[in-house]
Amino acid sequence: MTHAVHRAGRHGRRPGQPWPLQRPPGRGRPPGGHRVVVRLLLVLAFGLGLAAFSPGVAHAETAGEQLSGTVQTSRSGPIEDVQIEVAAADGTEIESVETDEDGRWTVELPGPGEYTVTLDEGDLPDGVELSNTNTRTVTVDEGRRQAVIIGLEDGSRGAGGGGVRAVQLLVDGIRFGLLIAMAAVGLSLIFGTTGLTNFAHGELVTIGAVAAWYINVSGGVNLIVATVLAMVVGAAVGALNELALWRPLRRRGTGLIAALVVSIGLSLLLRYLIQVVYGGRSSPYQGFQGGRAVDYGIFTMTNADLVSVIISVVVLVLVALMLQRTKIGKAMRAVSDNRDLAASSGIDVNRVILVVWMMGGALAALGGVLLGLSDQVQWDMGFRLLLLMFAGVTLGGLGTAYGALVGSLIVGVFVQMSTLVIPNDVKYVGGLLLLIVILVIRPQGILGSRARIG
Amino acid sequence: MADLLNALAVAGKSALGFQAIFFALLAIGINVQFGYAGLLNFGQIAFAMLGGFGIAISVSKWGIPFWAGVLVGLAAAVVLALLLGLPTLRLRADYLAIATIATAEGLRLLFRSVSATPVTNGTRGLSGFNGDFIALAPWNTSQRYSILGTSWSGGELWVAAIGWLLVILGSLLVFLLMRSPWGRVLKSIREDEDAVRSLGKNVYVYKMQALVLGGVFGALGGMVYAVGTGSAVPDQYQNANTFLAYAALILGGAARVLGPVIGAMILLFILQFADTGLRLLISNGVIPEDLLSSTDVAQIRFILVGVGLMLLLIFRPQGIFGDRREVMLDAR
Repeated sequence: MTHAVHRAGRHGRRPGQPWPLQRPPGRGRPPGGHRVVVRLLLVLAFGLGLAAFSPGVAHAETAGEQLSGTVQTSRSGPIEDVQIEVAAADGTEIESVETDEDGRWTVELPGPGEYTVTLDEGDLPDGVELSNTNTRTVTVDEGRRQAVIIGLEDGSRGAGGGGVRAVQLLVDGIRFGLLIAMAAVGLSLIFGTTGLTNFAHGELVTIGAVAAWYINVSGGVNLIVATVLAMVVGAAVGALNELALWRPLRRRGTGLIAALVVSIGLSLLLRYLIQVVYGGRSSPYQGFQGGRAVDYGIFTMTNADLVSVIISVVVLVLVALMLQRTKIGKAMRAVSDNRDLAASSGIDVNRVILVVWMMGGALAALGGVLLGLSDQVQWDMGFRLLLLMFAGVTLGGLGTAYGALVGSLIVGVFVQMSTLVIPNDVKYVGGLLLLIVILVIRPQGILGSRARIG
Repeated sequence: MADLLNALAVAGKSALGFQAIFFALLAIGINVQFGYAGLLNFGQIAFAMLGGFGIAISVSKWGIPFWAGVLVGLAAAVVLALLLGLPTLRLRADYLAIATIATAEGLRLLFRSVSATPVTNGTRGLSGFNGDFIALAPWNTSQRYSILGTSWSGGELWVAAIGWLLVILGSLLVFLLMRSPWGRVLKSIREDEDAVRSLGKNVYVYKMQALVLGGVFGALGGMVYAVGTGSAVPDQYQNANTFLAYAALILGGAARVLGPVIGAMILLFILQFADTGLRLLISNGVIPEDLLSSTDVAQIRFILVGVGLMLLLIFRPQGIFGDRREVMLDAR
């Protein structure tokens, strides 16, 4: 179904959500094939102001209140047949349901108010425990469909003490840093070659992850094949970005600040489009969720994580070799270093930029899949990663490819290691704080040059 | 037809309600920073969050009076602006952009985290802090009033009245400041920083003052929002709101005193109209529920804003009232 992307390209429209190449009939997982496309087109049509309002006779619908949730952990995947009991504030039971095969449950409520949700501990499989209590009290506003999260632990966070935990976090940090690096190389090279601070780069990550999810879960394709296809989609979206938007804008002489705000507009558009199409849920890939942690003596690692590290290292080494040895790689560094000089020595700058975009898109997509593998696929995963990518790229030196590698690795390790002293749910804050500290101490970054920052 | 009129009335109400005031104040602040001084503050929502939580935490947690809470919120915004400005204002424009957006996201994550629960009440947020303010209303706040086919509660009207007063005073302040020598220096920094420096002005200090002033407007906006909704929840202060304010500013026209105000009203009108209209079409069955469910409609506003920002910046960066020569488009 790539024609959706191509068609959008011909009309010079914004790059939309990429589509899996071939999708065998869906297996009842929402949202299915055609509907998604139609839905996307509908949203797009509306976005372009084509919708017409026809006055009708029906009255406005009042949506009923609802509670819903998903019982799952990253290792066990969705957990089926867990009993969930919903009671009103005064203790009267509203309904008692069991989670379905996707771990999901939904309870219709009689009205807004305070409700208590209780999870039956005995239904949880071995190895999965509650992180706090098994009840949660929520206040539901009128017409709201509220999600309830009951925290579960699956032991994937190293429970060992002292030094061993530090080693575990270091390994996790390296995995995470390599992942950031992979997504950030494109960001840095795009900045280097075009001067654009691309705030929509996080969406390339999400697009990759979501595309692979549709191919893998809805299409039932092996995850490795799905990843390769997602990288193709990522490269196509990157190319589309450049050809349909940024090259024409450069030709118009759009300023860098204007381009930066345009990239934010693109980021908002894509991010919320993905949310409409994919939904606000987070779901794992199929086939890799059951991986058990393997003990390596001082640290443990699931096979999926190990594969992730190996893939990242191999890909990053290949990228480095390409930059160092091949003609196009040298041309990239040349354009990044001095665009005018590169152009006057006979380098086709526009072609180099197109290759940078395609490479950046493919790498971001791969990063997205790996992130989805460890943290599940979510609609805003790319945006959250974007800020850490910025931190990594700034730390390494904006515009340098190797700087992005080094900086991202440091940020990844820092973010994971910081959980030694700060709680897990604020670990990203540490990474962002690091960014500010870098700006104070050495704004040009580790490998950057002074001339770029002023 | 009645539905269309109703949708228009609802949209009109939101163009005059506290949400429009919220975005107008945010955009006035961004106008001082981006429109006049050329500073890219992408974390305006963080200032709003500090303003809103300044009141909420002061009143609900510390039990100090409402007006002291206002001062706490403003002080927090000033401190944040200083902290952000110190490292980044000497650097190129996009460093400030990256630092501010990172701070805004980081602060939100911090406020909603489990460890902050004793102070901010985590993801559930704080409520019940606006009683003192609502009690000052000269009319009966428990009654509902009908204005031009829309229904307002007395409290809403009171918040809107004080909010618009703030917007008017803020716009007046910006108008006077930009006519003063200070404002002229600010505008020349936007045009050519080195030229201003060669005239012996301390560019850094001027930029810092603009950042602080804009941040204070952001905090005021956040206060209006928190008082208007009656609650302060960290997830209300999503990053995307900063860009809604940018869209409002650019739509109205940057570097124009009334640009952000009119932009915010128009933007809110369009967004609410689209929202009500789409829900109406869904409930009428014109759009089948499985194509676009009513829960998805809430996301449409961000998609609209994304498209709008791109189209505006590409085809009409000066917005409705702006002057193209005055819009800061190039990084130095």
